[in-house]
Amino acid sequence: MSTGNMNLTLKVWRQKNNKTKGALVDYKLADISPDMSFLEMFDVLNEQLINKGEEPVVFDHDCREGICGMCSMFINGRPHGPKDLVTTCQLHMRSFKDGDTIVVEPWRAAAFPVVKDLTVDRSAFDRVIAAGGFISVNTGNAQDANNLPIPKMQADAAFEAAACIGCGACVATCKNASAMLFVSAKISQLALLPQGQPERYRRVQSMVAQMDAEGFGNCTNTGACEAECPKGISLENIARMNRDFASAKFISEETV
Amino acid sequence: MSGFGNAFSSSIGKKFIMGITGLFLILFLIVHCGINALIFLDDDGLKFNIGAHFMATNWIIRAGEYVLFISLLVHIFQALRLTLQNQKARPVKYAVNDGQANSKWYSRSMGLLGTLLLIFLVVHLKDFWVVSRFTGIPTIDANGNENLYGVMKEKFQDPVRVAVYILAMVSLCYHLLHGFASAFQTMGWNHSKYNGIIKNVGVWYSIIISLLFAAMPIAVYAGLIK
Repeated sequence: MSTGNMNLTLKVWRQKNNKTKGALVDYKLADISPDMSFLEMFDVLNEQLINKGEEPVVFDHDCREGICGMCSMFINGRPHGPKDLVTTCQLHMRSFKDGDTIVVEPWRAAAFPVVKDLTVDRSAFDRVIAAGGFISVNTGNAQDANNLPIPKMQADAAFEAAACIGCGACVATCKNASAMLFVSAKISQLALLPQGQPERYRRVQSMVAQMDAEGFGNCTNTGACEAECPKGISLENIARMNRDFASAKFISEETV
Repeated sequence: MSGFGNAFSSSIGKKFIMGITGLFLILFLIVHCGINALIFLDDDGLKFNIGAHFMATNWIIRAGEYVLFISLLVHIFQALRLTLQNQKARPVKYAVNDGQANSKWYSRSMGLLGTLLLIFLVVHLKDFWVVSRFTGIPTIDANGNENLYGVMKEKFQDPVRVAVYILAMVSLCYHLLHGFASAFQTMGWNHSKYNGIIKNVGVWYSIIISLLFAAMPIAVYAGLIK
């Protein structure tokens, strides 16, 4: 951990668009405050690049408070960098040392094509959600909450699954670029609650089919996704999805 | 019309096949290891040869042998298919990827470990299975049974072969360390009350099976058993 200001060497992936090949480009940064966030450090770099008349590095970001799931940098071989349970925007330069070389790459997966530099297209996730990650309810007044008693354990598990911000770190770190942790969280948050039951087995089949169609890899249970997830989404969700998938295919009489 | 749809062709379905065949192979190893461990009775392989004779002649076991080979082939081919698909899912590799920060090396190397085991299997089947099924076991023991133990004693005089067998058992141990618990997770058998048991049984199973198997060529080579 550094206390004074730091000098860093950045190796950043630069790629014009999805059609061209990219490469790592070296940048020297001087006098970086350890209190800066990782993205603020990139802001400094970009201002310098703009002042020199060069193209700034394009990267995704939005809320910068760890809840939107937009930031997506693969830092020194790990999604969202070296700290557990944080997103890139919540990673601070004090987690690095003066003189460090930091390699920054985009998420790499066939299903997440690079748009430019560090920005990838994650709309594959949107299409998985659109395939069934919702409940169909008629609009109208909200019911009295006491009409739907939910055991506390169940509610907590659903809430923990719902903490997924869809950043794609699970896909990025998985050696197979598998999206199982994301999809299972989105299935579990509904499968655990009464509102999700009517479409439970239809949903798991549709979402898994869409996940496969998007070209994500197959899960090999290495557990890397769970270890790197900034929201601590559990592998239990994957087991639940597999169980629901088996029930849907071999027990449920409804076909999709 | 069957309603099974893509039950086995989807990504999860393919994993079910890996899990089911893997669990069957895990059960097979218990039987294989149990019968082989009869050599440690130190009776010049008499009990072991009785076991081997039973395994070679009982029709249920012989039928099971077909299931075993089919499971093995399916496990291998499915793994190849999954691996090729997984490689396509990440066409551009990372320049820096710190895998050891988030997962075990053997969990990430199941393909490599499996390939080593496959190479070993070719050697192993040639050493014993081909001899007992096709070329014939040359001697009989005091009970009049085919002396498979004699074949074992002869084969394990070769230190290179003993080393190959030991290395293969190291691969087997790591392959099982991931595979055992992984199969349960794939099948969806994840439950807070049983997860600890599954994990512990998996670790002990992997270590005990591999150690027992590795002890056999060592004991024969070192002349620790008659």
